[in-house]
Amino acid sequence: MKVPKSAWIFAAVAVITMAMTVGIGCRKSAIDPFPASDAVKGWQKTGETRTFAAKDLYQYIDGDAEQYISAGVISTSTADYKYEGQLEAVADVHFMSDAVGARKIMETGRTSDARQVQLGDAGLAYGQSVIFRRGPYLVRIVAYESKPETQEALLSLARGVEAKL
Amino acid sequence: MNKNRREFLKTAATGAALIGSSAAVDKLAFAAPDQHTPAGKSRVVVAHDPQLHGSDGKLDDKRAQALLDCAIASWTGRDNPVEAWRHIVPVGKVIGLKVNGLGGKGIATHAVLTLAICERLQQAGVKPSQIVIFEQRTHFLDACGFQHVDNPGGIRTLSSEIYGYEPQPSSYGSATIRLAKALTVCDMVIGLPILKDHSGAGVTFAMKNMYGVVDRPQDLHATNCNPAVADLNCIPAIRQKVRFTIGDAMTSVYDGGPGFHPERLWRPNSLIVGEDRVAIDHTAWQMIERKRAEAGMPTLEAVGRPPRYIATAADEAHKLGVNDPQRIHLMEV
Repeated sequence: MKVPKSAWIFAAVAVITMAMTVGIGCRKSAIDPFPASDAVKGWQKTGETRTFAAKDLYQYIDGDAEQYISAGVISTSTADYKYEGQLEAVADVHFMSDAVGARKIMETGRTSDARQVQLGDAGLAYGQSVIFRRGPYLVRIVAYESKPETQEALLSLARGVEAKL
Repeated sequence: MNKNRREFLKTAATGAALIGSSAAVDKLAFAAPDQHTPAGKSRVVVAHDPQLHGSDGKLDDKRAQALLDCAIASWTGRDNPVEAWRHIVPVGKVIGLKVNGLGGKGIATHAVLTLAICERLQQAGVKPSQIVIFEQRTHFLDACGFQHVDNPGGIRTLSSEIYGYEPQPSSYGSATIRLAKALTVCDMVIGLPILKDHSGAGVTFAMKNMYGVVDRPQDLHATNCNPAVADLNCIPAIRQKVRFTIGDAMTSVYDGGPGFHPERLWRPNSLIVGEDRVAIDHTAWQMIERKRAEAGMPTLEAVGRPPRYIATAADEAHKLGVNDPQRIHLMEV
């Protein structure tokens, strides 16, 4: 039986699309979103990256885990940083099942003192923290101290993370 | 701040020895505890120092230590810190300090408080080898300023991730858990929670801190952690061993907890002390509600997470303490 040329083209496109989808999914869930030390000026990565699957998220943020799970978190990665040897911060990257989940978490925690910033699909900056989403990723970077340079420093690290997503 | 309190802090902050310091003792002039708490009431002390954090936002360690002494003196009615601590802890027994670092470095039990307690315990006659500081996970312990060190000759700082859990489960009501060995090796445990809003429970403080002494706390979060918090605290080892709370309300988050949300950070500059865990949690809850109201936020009831476990803990089935304000003798110093 002779298969029509159009059918071959359709099948080829379907296979390529599926491969790309799977490939992108694997690539995104496996990427390392954390800039290495000095990749962003002034920032040192001070600890190993820790990654928690949704079922293990309570090990990292027990009590907070439920809201992420209900929003469709697949995994959360976290790493500690230090800026110019003094300002300590933690960067959390939540990989959600879709952009809706990332948006939901971001909007739930939004407060009136948030300042919109150009990061990813949407970004918010506070005095001691920066949060942004890009596709299914939700990134939150928090400093443990408030200093004059804190917000700019956090934004620079956030841009470094964004570039790796 | 009243004059007595000011003088007390001045004495402490200038490095004068608090042990047996008659100057500080005379100025406080508290009555004995059985005399300064009406019969049938639970005594809760909220010790407050508005200058605990400097203008740079940093915690003043000396003032924190002085605040601890003031809180304990007020609660015990004994002005000499060593005597006061002897009134609280049995000498010759193993004393556990359950810190809370779940929220990360920004909102964990302050190390200065834990260390000040360790110092006072030793001055009261507790050997270093009889002091155990513990938390559920290594990185929670790290957030509190400690690493896992199982040093039999000195103060032990234990992560239950490493130190382990009892093989046999314990149960009460809805809670079936395995207890941390770090708790079961202790004769008495002092809870050192940090005051926080909680996305499920509403408020996390004295009783909720016990989620950190079990192997699977994630199983205890249904229906706003009610009745699980109360049930968990009724498990005999927890009910009997955890007999005192020194609650860290020096910093807090009044929304977005239990994680660290600096945009919701708040500095109550207080310690909340007592032996009635229910009365303490009720007091802490009211503090959070007052702060939320001040910030123009809805009540925890209005956002669907009232800490109902507090009333449950006080009910006839649990009898862990009192939540009726008429039965709480609140001392604000």
